[in-house]
Amino acid sequence: MDKRLSSPAAAVAHVGDGMTLMIGGFGGAGAPVELIHALIDRRAKGLTVVNNNAGNGHVGIAAMIEQGMVEKMICSYPRSADPVAFTRAYRDGAVDLEVVPQGTLAERIRAGGAGIPAFFTPAGFGTELAGDKPVEEFDGRMYVRENWLKADVALLKAETGDPHGNLTYRMAARNFSPLMATAAKKTFAQVSRAVALGDIHPEHVVTPGIFVNGVVEVSRPAQEEILNRQGAAYP
Amino acid sequence: MIDIAAVRLSSAQIAWRAAQDIPDGAYVNLGIGFPEMVARFQPEGRHITCHTENGILGFGEAPSPGDEDWDLINAGKKAVTLRPGAAFFHHADSFAMIRGGHLDLAILGTYQVAENGDIANWSTGKDGVPAVGGAMDLVHGAKATVVVTDHVARSGAPKLVRRCSLPLTGLACVTRVYTSLCVVDVASEGFVLREKIPAISLADLRGVTGAELHVDGDVGEMICPELE
Repeated sequence: MDKRLSSPAAAVAHVGDGMTLMIGGFGGAGAPVELIHALIDRRAKGLTVVNNNAGNGHVGIAAMIEQGMVEKMICSYPRSADPVAFTRAYRDGAVDLEVVPQGTLAERIRAGGAGIPAFFTPAGFGTELAGDKPVEEFDGRMYVRENWLKADVALLKAETGDPHGNLTYRMAARNFSPLMATAAKKTFAQVSRAVALGDIHPEHVVTPGIFVNGVVEVSRPAQEEILNRQGAAYP
Repeated sequence: MIDIAAVRLSSAQIAWRAAQDIPDGAYVNLGIGFPEMVARFQPEGRHITCHTENGILGFGEAPSPGDEDWDLINAGKKAVTLRPGAAFFHHADSFAMIRGGHLDLAILGTYQVAENGDIANWSTGKDGVPAVGGAMDLVHGAKATVVVTDHVARSGAPKLVRRCSLPLTGLACVTRVYTSLCVVDVASEGFVLREKIPAISLADLRGVTGAELHVDGDVGEMICPELE
């Protein structure tokens, strides 16, 4: 078994038009910039993208939106330092938006990966985001039913990865990625360091390789925050 | 009518006052923006551990300019540093800490708080791109949810109100409010005044409050040091 891939292009070759994609990252931390840009090179269309945000500046998810690849964003906070790409597309009606409370987004992804079709959360009860979702009382408090969230493909950024797909992350770049790895039919991670089997101590594995289909080394990866501070744009 | 702009406390002073009530050993989430200032006024000899939704417990001050590591950020996407004993975790664990009742305290900003504890702090209801982040999870999760805020909005409209007119973040979840003029608890009867700044009379304070202000026992003096 060897899940190593030769290039970001090989990792995103599985993304087809109309698919639902989970993309790791919270702001720039954990954003798999090289995988996203390889996907932009492929020009997949009609995508639903699940991420905490909706892009910043003109790289990464923002660049996907500018290229007209995104039909819908499912996120908690579609604002950023420079949200112009999403804001313009949203105002033009070019992209749909589903705003989900951040913890509900995380738990819906976790549930999707864990085979739990629905769960109840207090978040959003009595607010417009709960809409007409079913509610139920438990121990005297009211809760909103939320459904699982699954994807066709997850694209992640990790720190180290081995040939079995075991992953570790770097600091707060971990965020949604371990959850997304479980909730997609196929999960691909760009790793800053590809290491040999056994080089990640079993006690330290964060995402076990069973959740990962492909690993591609991108050494010295771009950091979205730094790209934005440099005024970068893609392509 | 008193000019409250001349007597009100600064944001730093409100943050200082809120910090005085955080017990040693508390796990605390500070909301994005103004509530983040509370961390600066941690009383001597007490240790609080700050949680951020994106997956860190035990972060510290901002790094010096040029020393930022953009994989080490808080929920406001600002660079932070780590304190000894810090921990990283994924988002499901982070919100288990919040929703599961493991945090002692959430300190949040707000647009409005109602006398029944309802809070509206995520949307002004105007046209624009809706964005909620972790606000709806935070208001329900911590053992106590308190608010730091100016007493009135920039327009002069009261922020303490009978019922929120803006889109709600959560129902009946706020337990205490620290404003630029007073400290109130949210009790079964509504807002109960605990402290007020000496420069404002009770009558004038009631005049800038959009709900009944109950007095139940002593009202303390809200005195804060001069801070920048």
